[in-house]
Amino acid sequence: MFETLSDRLTSVFTSLRGKGRLSEEDINSTAREIRLALLEADVALPVVRDFIAQIKERARGEEVSRALNPAQQVIKIVNEELIRILGGETREIRFAKNPPTVIMLAGLQGTGKTTLAGKLGLWLADERNTPLLVAADLQRPNAVTQLQVVGERANVPVFAPQPGNGVGDPVEVARESIDYAQRNNHNVVIVDTAGRLGVDSEMMQQAADIRDAVRPDEILFVVDAMIGQDAVNTAQAFLDGVGYDAVALTKLDGDARGGAALSIRHITGRPIMFASTGEKLEDFDLFHPDRMASRILDMGDMLTLIEHAQKTFEESEVEKMASTLASEEDFTLDDFLQQMSMVRRLGPISNLLGMMPGMGQMKEQIGNVDDKDLDRIAAIIQSMTPAERDNPKIINGSRRLRIANGSGTQVSDVNGLVTRFFEAQKMMRQMKNGGMPGMPGMPGQSGGKKKAKAQAKKAKKGKQRSGNPLKAKQQEAEKAAERQRRQEEGGDQSSQLPPGLGGGAGAPQLPPGLGGGKMPDLSDFKLPKQ
Amino acid sequence: MDYTIFAVAIFVVAVLVFGGVFLIRPRRPDSGKEPRAGDEGGSATGTAVAEPEEKEEPGGPSAAAGTATIEEPPVAPVEIEIPPPSAGRLVRLRARLARSQSVFGQGLLNLLASDRLDEDAWEGIEDILVTSDVGVTSASQIVDGLRTKVKVLGTRSPEEVRGLLREELLAQINPELDRAVRTEPHGTRPAVIMVVGVNGTGKTTSCGKLARVLVGDGRSVVLGAADTFRAAAADQLETWGSRVGAPVIRKDEGADPASVAFDAVTRASDEGADTVIIDTAGRLHTKTGLMDELGKVKRVVEKKSQVDEVLLVLDATTGQNGLRQARVFAEVVNITGIVLTKLDGTAKGGIIVQVQRELGVPVKLVGLGEGPDDLAPFEPETFVDAILGEG
Repeated sequence: MFETLSDRLTSVFTSLRGKGRLSEEDINSTAREIRLALLEADVALPVVRDFIAQIKERARGEEVSRALNPAQQVIKIVNEELIRILGGETREIRFAKNPPTVIMLAGLQGTGKTTLAGKLGLWLADERNTPLLVAADLQRPNAVTQLQVVGERANVPVFAPQPGNGVGDPVEVARESIDYAQRNNHNVVIVDTAGRLGVDSEMMQQAADIRDAVRPDEILFVVDAMIGQDAVNTAQAFLDGVGYDAVALTKLDGDARGGAALSIRHITGRPIMFASTGEKLEDFDLFHPDRMASRILDMGDMLTLIEHAQKTFEESEVEKMASTLASEEDFTLDDFLQQMSMVRRLGPISNLLGMMPGMGQMKEQIGNVDDKDLDRIAAIIQSMTPAERDNPKIINGSRRLRIANGSGTQVSDVNGLVTRFFEAQKMMRQMKNGGMPGMPGMPGQSGGKKKAKAQAKKAKKGKQRSGNPLKAKQQEAEKAAERQRRQEEGGDQSSQLPPGLGGGAGAPQLPPGLGGGKMPDLSDFKLPKQ
Repeated sequence: MDYTIFAVAIFVVAVLVFGGVFLIRPRRPDSGKEPRAGDEGGSATGTAVAEPEEKEEPGGPSAAAGTATIEEPPVAPVEIEIPPPSAGRLVRLRARLARSQSVFGQGLLNLLASDRLDEDAWEGIEDILVTSDVGVTSASQIVDGLRTKVKVLGTRSPEEVRGLLREELLAQINPELDRAVRTEPHGTRPAVIMVVGVNGTGKTTSCGKLARVLVGDGRSVVLGAADTFRAAAADQLETWGSRVGAPVIRKDEGADPASVAFDAVTRASDEGADTVIIDTAGRLHTKTGLMDELGKVKRVVEKKSQVDEVLLVLDATTGQNGLRQARVFAEVVNITGIVLTKLDGTAKGGIIVQVQRELGVPVKLVGLGEGPDDLAPFEPETFVDAILGEG
């Protein structure tokens, strides 16, 4: 059960609210929490130590900001510091003056080099390059075949003169590939090498030989986001063995926090260039330090979500959705059905919720959310007549039975949905009155608060209904939400906090329009752990 | 303002669905039962109907080319090797393990050997445990336990402290657990082993190595290439299989992994093979859809035969995320053992301490290198001794 850093820190500081300055003691107790959080995120111990020392240094000298409570202030420092280290210079691939540009991939076994080669190929091809994949992994059985298949999928040619499975000389293959690329007008060559351990001197020598044979313009060290404390050793071993110019972080679609990114950057100073976030060949992007910082601190990833949404939806769809939301008419079940199908296109609902700030500690509950629940709800709505969808108030007992039978659910499920829908409708109405999206200058906070209250009430109702004996917990939740809200009022004007950091502070870094009331609602959304 | 819309939309959906979790969930057990039973019945018959057709195909050897199930024997030119038996492998591989552990052991001993065991020394010990991915909580527990013991016993000499540390580490790894991999056939029914894990931990390689170990011990093995997703995964397994002459059941890329697994088990029981090893596609534990698919593979296999072992392959380099992986996989397919791979590197694989403690699932095998015979049964004593740099 991992709590988010912001929650932990908030608890540390509950007794300290109102203090004007960070005392030495505050800093120390915060430092302990940050240390734990970073270690849980797999940041290597030596790096954590250095990092904490830096934070302490800065925290001591920091001017007290009246808008922030101590916890927020420390997190702000930590977040800035993280982004500074992770970001530094961001850089792009250096293309060679005389093509082909050679990119070599190196890393441990099973970090995803071959897959990354395909992704990189596709990405480069999209940018009007003519990449060539080179199968220099002759070690693992059928790695060559795998690269060929990947190349085929990405529609990128593969140079594989050797069958692999331990036969052939990878150095020779790499050397030949350059000639081949020149003859066939490929301007980028991506050399996929075998996975190797940092301590395997023979294999490291081979990697160095490949490097000397092709003189790559970029060597990418491929590392997977799940790696633990060993990241430092491995990173150093590869730096000494072959050297590399940049790092590609893979498997970021899991829930590993990816502290290795920080470790490697800190130890080797090499920037992280690419992030690979899925099994599909398109799931590949340049690395965004701010997102990684939030991720390491477990603070949600709203920006990724937004970007993802932008890619998925058409402009017109968004406008339509906006107009339904903004129109004077009441929110109907049809609107909801449509919204739900749009949201579904963004991916599994649990992933989306996971990206929302403040949801980290709800991971367990989020894990329970199954997309099948959405299907069930859709089935219920689809079993209603158009009249019922427009005006659910007319749904009486016999209609309920019919709907339940029609959708293969229980009457109680239909009841639940209808009740929840009324709550949601009320909430939407309040939101429109209190600060509708798109109406500039409206203080979103009030709407947000109401919404949060409605939310709390709703959850409570749910509990009573299901006979769930968690009422006490629920009340606590309300209290906690109240507490947080009070805190937010303090932090609302601040404009430097990282996105998703609880409170009203989420707004400023976000694109205009996402400010105000929206973020606090989301963070109020969580229930406290016991 | 577009962004706001998304936020609102997702939020509204979340509210309704989350409410759904609280409202619908508790009732589901009784309400969901009937339709679900029907569902399963349906899929059962579906599989059963589809099965005979596929079984007939291998029956006609000449037709093998176009069929879904490909016969292994035609690839005869590869010389079938007879791998060495499994006994005492870890001893043979200790040298290699020592390479990865020596720093750990040395550092610990240096600290323990200092005259006074002060606060710094204890913290140093804790730090060393943390650096081996044991996890902050486990590390502090081990150190606390050790501290109490040292205080109670009044031990001072490094030798004794070291003995205590060995005990403490052993206790964490719990040598009492049954670490045997159940590979013996039950009468005519073969033993079924499923290998699961996230991407890139070495599942296919471990399957291949395990097949070698079993063949080395005189068993007959059938491999099921239920990794129909990753490019060339089935080829990779086939290469392993052909080395030891184990038939590999495979289908086209993108085929239903459950049907491959089912076919593999069917084939094994028809041929009277001793053990079936099913290699599954790597999947991140966060992908609900893929985890459901894995659950299905297991359920479908269970229609034919009981699944004796579900081995989770964990990479020794994995950090704290390993625990979450294990937790989710345990929930979905009820893992019975862990294979710790890539232990020949600098990584220490300390995460297994946490995994074992939380889930009680023992580490059964360790992978110690790229060589075909670098898979050994896990022996806690030898493992700890190697950590402490003994023998």
